[in-house]
Amino acid sequence: MSPSVRLQEMIRVIRGARTQGEERGVIQRECAAIRAQFRQADNGTRSHNLAKLLYVHMLGYPAHFGQMECVRLIASPRYNEKRVGYLGAMMLLDEKQDASLLITNSIKNDLSHNSQYVQSLALCTLACMGSAEMCRDLAPEIDRLLRASNSYIKKKAALCAVHIVRKVPDLGELFTPAARSLLCEKNHGVLHGAVVLITELCERNPDTLEQFRKVVPELVQIMKGLVMSGYSPEHNVAGISDPFLQVRILRLLRILGRNNDTASDAMNDLLAQVATNTDSSKTAGSAVLYETVLTVMDIKSESGLRVLAVNILGRFLLNNDRNIRYISMTSLQKIVQTDHNAVQRHRGTIVDCLKDQDASVKRRALELSLALVSAVNIRSLMKELLLFLSSCPPELRAHTTSGIFNAAERYAPSQRWHIDTILHVLTTAGGDVRDETVPNLIQLITTATELHCYTVHKLYRALITDISVQSLVQVACWCIGEYGDLLLRGECEETEPVQVTEDDVLDALETVLQSHMSSPATRGFALTATMKLSTRITHNVDRIRSIVSIYGSCIDVELQQRAVEYNALFKKYDHMRYRGSVCGAPSPSLEVCDLLDLLGGSGEPVPSSGLSHTVPGPATSTSGGDLLDLLGGLDAVERGSVKVYEKNGVTLKLQTDSQTDTGMTITLTATNSTDGDITSLTLQAAVPKSVQLQMKAPSGDVIPARGLGLVTQTVLLNNPNKVSLKMRVRVCYSSQGAVCQDTVQIDSFPSPAW
Amino acid sequence: MRFLLLFSRQGKLRLQKWFTPIPEREKKKIVRDMTTMVLARKPRSCNFLHWKDLKIVYKRYASLYFCCGLDAEENELIALEMLHRYVELLDKYFGNVCELDIIFNFEKAYFILDEFLLGGEIQETSKQVVSRAIEASDMLQEVRCCPVGTDLRSVFPSS
Repeated sequence: MSPSVRLQEMIRVIRGARTQGEERGVIQRECAAIRAQFRQADNGTRSHNLAKLLYVHMLGYPAHFGQMECVRLIASPRYNEKRVGYLGAMMLLDEKQDASLLITNSIKNDLSHNSQYVQSLALCTLACMGSAEMCRDLAPEIDRLLRASNSYIKKKAALCAVHIVRKVPDLGELFTPAARSLLCEKNHGVLHGAVVLITELCERNPDTLEQFRKVVPELVQIMKGLVMSGYSPEHNVAGISDPFLQVRILRLLRILGRNNDTASDAMNDLLAQVATNTDSSKTAGSAVLYETVLTVMDIKSESGLRVLAVNILGRFLLNNDRNIRYISMTSLQKIVQTDHNAVQRHRGTIVDCLKDQDASVKRRALELSLALVSAVNIRSLMKELLLFLSSCPPELRAHTTSGIFNAAERYAPSQRWHIDTILHVLTTAGGDVRDETVPNLIQLITTATELHCYTVHKLYRALITDISVQSLVQVACWCIGEYGDLLLRGECEETEPVQVTEDDVLDALETVLQSHMSSPATRGFALTATMKLSTRITHNVDRIRSIVSIYGSCIDVELQQRAVEYNALFKKYDHMRYRGSVCGAPSPSLEVCDLLDLLGGSGEPVPSSGLSHTVPGPATSTSGGDLLDLLGGLDAVERGSVKVYEKNGVTLKLQTDSQTDTGMTITLTATNSTDGDITSLTLQAAVPKSVQLQMKAPSGDVIPARGLGLVTQTVLLNNPNKVSLKMRVRVCYSSQGAVCQDTVQIDSFPSPAW
Repeated sequence: MRFLLLFSRQGKLRLQKWFTPIPEREKKKIVRDMTTMVLARKPRSCNFLHWKDLKIVYKRYASLYFCCGLDAEENELIALEMLHRYVELLDKYFGNVCELDIIFNFEKAYFILDEFLLGGEIQETSKQVVSRAIEASDMLQEVRCCPVGTDLRSVFPSS
């Protein structure tokens, strides 16, 4: 039985194994046999054993014990053994293995072998896995072969030189002269190798690049010869004469013509000729045209040539072959920034490619469409993009939504269009939008004041249709809570009038609250909106109260806390809640939910029993997110009270409870941050002559230490003559055995709560 | 070109050629990624993919997928032609080549590849030249007892 059949027999046995385990068993046996054979003396079967091992290696099993055998076989005088040995070296050894160094000498010898096929093996292996050290060692040998050998060896030596230059760039200088002379060869294989080598040399060394610019005319001649030549059976591919060589020459021309007018001029005519004469009905021709276009766009070409190139790409877009459409779009993507107008001309075709079946083509079309958006085409292009969004593959949705939002933000022709577009995206693909979309949209809606009525109607309609898209539901709830009164009013200029009752609105919000599809954040939005509505509606406050109280025992802690706080508002501060609705709509200049005004200041918590009424601070702007934390935290921050005295750890604050034309009620609050109690606290006040003063009894005269308690005293002021109110307060107290007395002048009073 | 892989519809590797030094573990990962990506493609998709910073070009011939990884500046369309050329060479050599030929004669598939590509680049653009070189090498292999120093060029003319 011939040894090679034994290899095939082994393959057959392995393939016949029915399970992974069986296969492993067979392979273990075979490997053991191979190992044994390797240890024996030469018996004529070494190459076949190594071949078997290589097969096993390809299946994924370890084969490192064959490395030394490769080294031995390479050194053999027999061609068949050398062949398999070198193959083994390429498969099992890489430059990181120590054994690879051992074959350097064999390679060196074989490079000078009498047989070109042996030389070929050595060249191939060196080009495949030669380490930097091996390359340095053998470079002179390669250079010699570049100059004085037959074309079979020259072409291989050229590519070997490419590998050497990649590994040891400094050696490029060594090969430059030989590379230059190789361009005179007629043999296509050698020419191809020469062009690849020159390309590599020019890419790595700007001086070499400068040198080789001089050969542009020569390259042009070679190309002309290829393009104009008649049918050549040896190199013809689908009517193109040696497309592989043409493509490499075009690529080299690109590198030489880049940033250089002279070189670019010299190749201008040729490029025009190739662009017009190449038949692109098959892939080979299209490949050449493609490379031509890339070169034209990258060098300093005439504008006419550039237009020609972009038109070729435009033609590619209409090609039946999907690959060509894909290539066209990747190329257009590269030039869309620099040749924007030229690419815009093909926008229609590009947009059509959004409907292509192929996912890669769709992706490219999307990228390109987004790059082509401008103020001029935003409306029509957005229509196409939204259409695309409704049927686009899932992996592209997130990218599409963010692209649409960016485009809308930059080029929105009107606020209404902008809001409509975002709402459309949310309805179509709300699950694939970024997190910031909700607060961004809320911000946008807030600023578009004339559209509040329109927006709330639209969002309400969206809400009652579908509550599965969280982002949309959140914005809708916020909007309803904010502008619910506009919704209930019924008429709206921009949309059809529709009658919405308070019950309808509360139904919608309650559905959101109860639905299992709603996330905790969404429920929070819905609950807050329900609460806000309590000031905007008149008939259903009890219903709101009951909704809110139910959630006071909700499992979700966030929701529960919120509900409890809202409940407290109902119980203790009902009058405050109602006052707000009497006050009417907030002024448009405030960028803040009017609920904040209602409950007194942004971030204002529900007051604890120790404090007096809270006073709202100045209106501050907040983003949508902060609104949710409206009632978060129970730390007592007294905003709106004025500090009138602070000394020795004793602080005196003044708050205005109420104010009329002819009088006001204020409260003085004293706190103590020292370690010891403050005792015998007395406050005395003096006012201008026409003003009448009445001080109510203080809550006490001892201020506990470390802020654990406080003392308050209410003062009534009657100002019938409406003079400018001033007050002088004398503070007396004992602190750590010492008696202190101070006087403060109060010239202005903070504004009252209501 | 960084690598060339041949694998079956079941994801079994039939040939692997690596043109840059890569650790064994990473090779296995690349093979896994390629087979997963390519086998997941729909029948009439385009033949180009993106993977990390490489362009992947693949083509299916009967039960075998031919897949190569290119650098950014390489021409995908000519790579398709290159894959096709390799298949033509295999076909000429084996006569109506099928997957089994490549399985049972994998070393020959490598030898043919090594006459067509070198260091990741095309070394010969003429089909006939490549085929003649393979034939000559095969004949040389038959001559088992080849003494060192025999001028084989007199026996087997070059190119």
